[in-house]
This record gives sequence, structure tokens and C-alpha cells, in this order.
Amino acid sequence: MCGIAGIINYNHAEDMQGTLCRMIGLIRHRGPDASGIFISPNAGLAHARLSIIDLSGGDQPIHNEDRSVWIVFNGEIFNYPELREDLVARGHRFYTQTDTEVLVHLYEEHGSEMFNDLNGQFAFALWDQKKEALLLGRDRVGIRPLFYYQNNGRLVFGSEVKALFADPTIPRKLDSQTLSDIFTCWTPVGSSTPFGDIYQVPPGHYARFSKKGFRTHRYWKLSFNSQSDEYPSERPLLEWTEELNHLLRDAARIRLRADVPVGAYLSGGLDSTYTSALVKRNFNNLLRTFSVSFTDSRFDETPFQEIAVNALETEHRDIRCAEKDIGEAFPQVIWHTEVPVLRTAPAPLYHLSKLVRENNFKVVLTGEGADEIFAGYNIFKEDRVRRFWARNPDSRMRPMLLERLYPYVFAQQNGKAKAFLEGFFRKSLSETNSPVYSHLLRWQNTAHLRGFFSDDLQKETGTQEEFFDRFVSTLPADFMSWHPLSRAQFTEINLFLSNYLLSSQGDRMAMANAVEGRYPFLDHRVVEFATRVPPCYRMNGLKEKFILKQAARGLIPAEVIDRPKQPYRAPISKCFFGNQPVDYVEDLLSESAIKRSGYFDNKKVSRLVMKCRKKEGQILSERENMAMVGILSTQLLDHQFIQNFPTHPIQEPDDVKIFGKGQEAGKLGR
Amino acid sequence: MNETKEKIKTFIVENFLFGSEDGLGDDTSFLEDGIIDSTGILELVTFLEEEFSISVEDEELVPENLDSINNVTAFLERKITV
Repeated sequence: MCGIAGIINYNHAEDMQGTLCRMIGLIRHRGPDASGIFISPNAGLAHARLSIIDLSGGDQPIHNEDRSVWIVFNGEIFNYPELREDLVARGHRFYTQTDTEVLVHLYEEHGSEMFNDLNGQFAFALWDQKKEALLLGRDRVGIRPLFYYQNNGRLVFGSEVKALFADPTIPRKLDSQTLSDIFTCWTPVGSSTPFGDIYQVPPGHYARFSKKGFRTHRYWKLSFNSQSDEYPSERPLLEWTEELNHLLRDAARIRLRADVPVGAYLSGGLDSTYTSALVKRNFNNLLRTFSVSFTDSRFDETPFQEIAVNALETEHRDIRCAEKDIGEAFPQVIWHTEVPVLRTAPAPLYHLSKLVRENNFKVVLTGEGADEIFAGYNIFKEDRVRRFWARNPDSRMRPMLLERLYPYVFAQQNGKAKAFLEGFFRKSLSETNSPVYSHLLRWQNTAHLRGFFSDDLQKETGTQEEFFDRFVSTLPADFMSWHPLSRAQFTEINLFLSNYLLSSQGDRMAMANAVEGRYPFLDHRVVEFATRVPPCYRMNGLKEKFILKQAARGLIPAEVIDRPKQPYRAPISKCFFGNQPVDYVEDLLSESAIKRSGYFDNKKVSRLVMKCRKKEGQILSERENMAMVGILSTQLLDHQFIQNFPTHPIQEPDDVKIFGKGQEAGKLGR
Repeated sequence: MNETKEKIKTFIVENFLFGSEDGLGDDTSFLEDGIIDSTGILELVTFLEEEFSISVEDEELVPENLDSINNVTAFLERKITV
């Protein structure tokens, strides 16, 4: 795991070394163990290394036999031993024991067709000296990041946007359309980023950059097929379950390949308990596990974590997170997410990866992805209940099912207002033919946050309907023939998995502390299997992750399987407006700061801030909480990336290996 | 009653619309137009109870009583004259 960066310039010779060192300096948190750069007349590649495989011999960039192909690589190819064996049989000579080197030779064999052979989580840049062309590749579901800026024959790329900004010629500005999208559907859409003219290689894509220009190609796509609601007779549930168990065991097995110990996150939920159990029982009896807990009991899952730890008998460490910890870390969190967020949920994960690192672990398995592929989220049940209700809109009983989904919304005093809450979920009830019926309510509700935008920003962004149309136009041609559950899952995965979950809560929070997450549920064999599982085995009635629960039974405690699903949430307004004031909040939300950045209406924001200050923010509604976090994180992004970049002096690595110049490794001492 | 209506409107504008009354008519549905979200209703009820010294019963917490400025005004009129 590592950070990569680079520059390709076909226009003229450019002295790249200084810029490359600064780029790596800005993402050294991803790879503090070693650094190296490769320089040729058109190309510069840079690498910050976190050593996990071939600790002594794996420094990058890495090259092929005749040094005509060079690569910088972030991530893991889990099936590299098998690929290597095959490549050796074909006559390729290796000089390291790394998975990185496999890519170089696989490219020699297959060119850009190489991706189908890879099982992994990766982002890499490969320079072909003979062809004078760059290949950028990203894994199927977008676990590892890859950003770029392209302008007239020159391309700059990196694992994080901050690396790109080391080049002062790259414009630094926030993109209005993407801000508007985030304040509608919670994330940037597709290849966009919050920064104007900066894009990312989408999941399942590669890009080629040569003198002919820049082109992206898709090599993998998520696809569900047309399936009916009926119970399939041709294959019994037991067979599906056995196949799943077999696949997940293998997915976990190859994710333990590392020359350093591998730990695991253990949240106390089904997914991470199941993957930890697989590892503990089959592969590593000394598994170490890590969790985050909350001082606020509404968010805390400690009792279930204890059940899981006691049953699995792992050596466990926990970090307890208070509101103050979230509030204080939030600027650092946004420095790493590089995107406005509407939730504070990334912050506790930042503290969790720090705990992992303090315990001298670099690699953890996590349960991420199961809720997407096996339909664990409430939004899938909400879609089902609303469709059921829409068939008989006057029913008194049907909407009552919603209470089971959102006990924390219907709880306590709010529960008195049941009829009113039902009214909220009744909105757009009859629009069941909308391709995005599952997400309509959430988007409509969130889009109200755009009311906080300044007049200028409102003028530059389209309407909510334009957002819907734009998203719908990207859906597969046969989308409406899919089962409604498959449609909802596709929408969730397509929008949210890579651009929020795996980045803001995944890669960026773990790599902030040089920790690599590995995701057995996102092995593409498991993902493709899940799309073939009949819908009734993914969600059975309103029982989420049905087949996964079947698979887990007997392996993990029944209490963990049968517990009500608790969405991972973290405290919000009290983190910023609690009894101990957080200094930057006051500064960034002041009238003058809001006016200066220009994204929001300063009068509305000051009214919101006043409301936050009353009763330590406890009277805010869900939507107002989102508005507050969204506005604050946008202001932090503007402050750190637009107005004052970089906020701290860049710490360039002391000891950079230089390749390419004269073809021998040199050292740049500092 | 105009005074009551004004008070309600001011509260909605200040607390849920943060000062902007664009598009808020007396019959605008708070739910349909998303002016109040699923967790915001309690705030409105607390305001009514404190401001008008009334007590709102659980069974009165229905959209027919609370979903627009006119609905709330009429509801209050009934409550106060009783």
C-alpha cells in the first residue's frame, strides 16, 4: 500500500524532479517506509511506499527485464503468486518477490487486456518507454484512488488530489456542479471530484495517455440480470449458501497474503464478525481485532462487540470516541477525505486506524461491502415497504412497517407524531415507475440543503430534476427489467460505494495513518456471485442479508446474526457545539468567512449556527445536522485546499531513490 | 387570527427556512414541499405549546392539524376556543 504520483509531458522537456518530490511529500502518510522516483524525457513517476510484501526488495518504481516498462503501484494483487508462476513459465525473469512486478510482466504479455486476470484492489501507473504511452489502471469497485488533471499534452496524476496541487500550474477551485450533487446525493457522481478540472479514473476502468491524447475504457461492469420475485426451484438455498461460504473463505484466504501480520476490524455487526471468524477458524488462531465505541450510547455497539470478541477469542483493542474527539479531528479528517461530507462518520474511523497503527499493524480485514452486495441497508427495505404501501395507499397497516426500519426516528417523543412521520414517507409514493424510486426520498430531502447555497452558487447549478435525469441517463439499457431490489442496490453501489464508503470512510481514513484495509466481500468473485443470487435470498421479506445470515449461522454467535441492524452513525452537532467550544468552527462559520468563500448564504448560515448553539445542538433535525456538517466541511475544504494550500510546510522525504536518469539508481540525499 | 398566523409563519420561516420565505404560501404543505423533515415536527409542536399555552395530544399530531400555516392556524383556533 502506498501513494503514487506522476507527470507526463509530451509538449516539452520539463524539470520534474522537484515537483515529484513535493507530490510525494504531500502523500507520505500513505507510504512512510521508502520513496523512489523514475524520470525519463517525457515521464516522471513517484512512489511513497508502505512495505507489506517483499519488505527488503520491493522498493518502487519497478521495471521489466530491459527497463522499458516502469510502474508505480498502490494496492494489492491478491492472486499474484499464481500469476507469477504462469509468467515465469512463459519465460519472464523477476528480480523481486513483489506483486508489483507481476503487473509489469503481465502488461508485456497482454497489454491493457491484463485487467481481467487480476484479483485485487489497486491503482497504478505504468509507463511504456517504447510506445511512449502511460497506462493508468484502477480496480473493479474502486477501492484504491486515482486522480488526474489533464491539459494539452500534459497529464498529472496522484493517489490524492493534494499531490496534484503540489504543481502550482494546476488550478485550485471547487466545482459548483459537484457541490450541488453532494448536497443532493451525498457524494460526487462518477468521475467527478469537488475540484474543478480534476477527475478520477472510475472503478473498473483504465486510461491510456499517449501523444494521441487521453482515453478511458471500461473493463468491468456491475450488472444484475432480469430476475423475478419467485423462489427459484432449480437450485436449493443450501447450494447457494455453500457456494458463498466457499467463495468467502477463499476471498479471506488470499487477503491474508502479506509479509506483515494482518489484523481485523470488528464492529460487532454480522459482516466483520463473519470475516473475522473465517480467519480465526481457518487461517490464523492468533487474530488481533480492533473496534471503535462511543461514549454516547445511541451510537455505541460495545455489548455486541463483546459478544463477538468472547466467542471468537481474539485479542481485542478498542478506542472510545467522544464528541470532542470527533470535533477536534474534523479538520484533519477533511484534509484526508478531500471532499465535503454530510456526516461525521469518517472521524471515528480516523481514530480507529490510528489505534491499529499504534499497535504496529499495517493491514486489517474489514466487513465493508456486504451491505451493498447482500442488501443490508434500510434504504432497500424502505423501497420494498413503500412499493407495498403504494399498492394500497389508504392502508393503515402498511406504513406501520416503516417504524421497524427507523426505530431511532420513531423513537421517544418523536414517536407521538407517527401520522406525521408517515406523511414524510408518503411523498412521491406513487412514482413506482421511476428508475430511482428507491433513492427519491433521500435525494429530495437532501436537496433542500441547497437552499443554503449563495445566490451565485444557486445560479451555477442545475435543478434537482436535472440531477435525476443526469443520473438516470447513465443507467444500463436493461435496468428497468431488473428486480426493484437489484435496481436499488445498483444505484447505491454506483453512487456511494467507491465515492463515499471506500474513500471517505475507507481508504482515506485508513491511509491517513498508513493502514491498509482489505475487503473480502469486495472480491469480484463474491460481488459477481451476489448479483446472481435470487433477490429473495438477498432480502427475504424484510430480512436483510438473508443468505449471508444463513452462511454465518453456526460459525458466529446467534445474537450477532439475529440482532436488529444498527446503521453505523456517529454523533453530529454536539461535536461542534458542545459545552467545550471548538475554535475553528467559530472562525469558519462566521459571517465574514462565509462571505469570503462565497458558497453559502451568510444570513441563513448564521441562523443555522444560532439554532446549533441552542441546547448544544440537540434540537437539530436530521436534515439540519447534515446541513451543518456539509457547510462546515465545505468551509474546511476551501480553507485547506483553496485559500491556504498547503496549510503546513511540505515534508519531502529525506532519502529518495532516483531511477531512469542514466538508468542506475541514484540517491537524492537531503 | 391574523396575528396568530403571522406568528406561525415567522416561526416557520426563521426555524425551518432560515429566513427565506420564497415559495411559502399559507396552504403550502410542509411535508410535500419538504419544509419540515421527518424529525423536525417536534420542534413545531414544542413552539405551539409554549407560545400559545396549549397542550397537544398524541392523537392530534396528524398532518390535517399541522401540515400548513392554514392548518395550524385553524387547529389553534379550535384549541383555544374550546
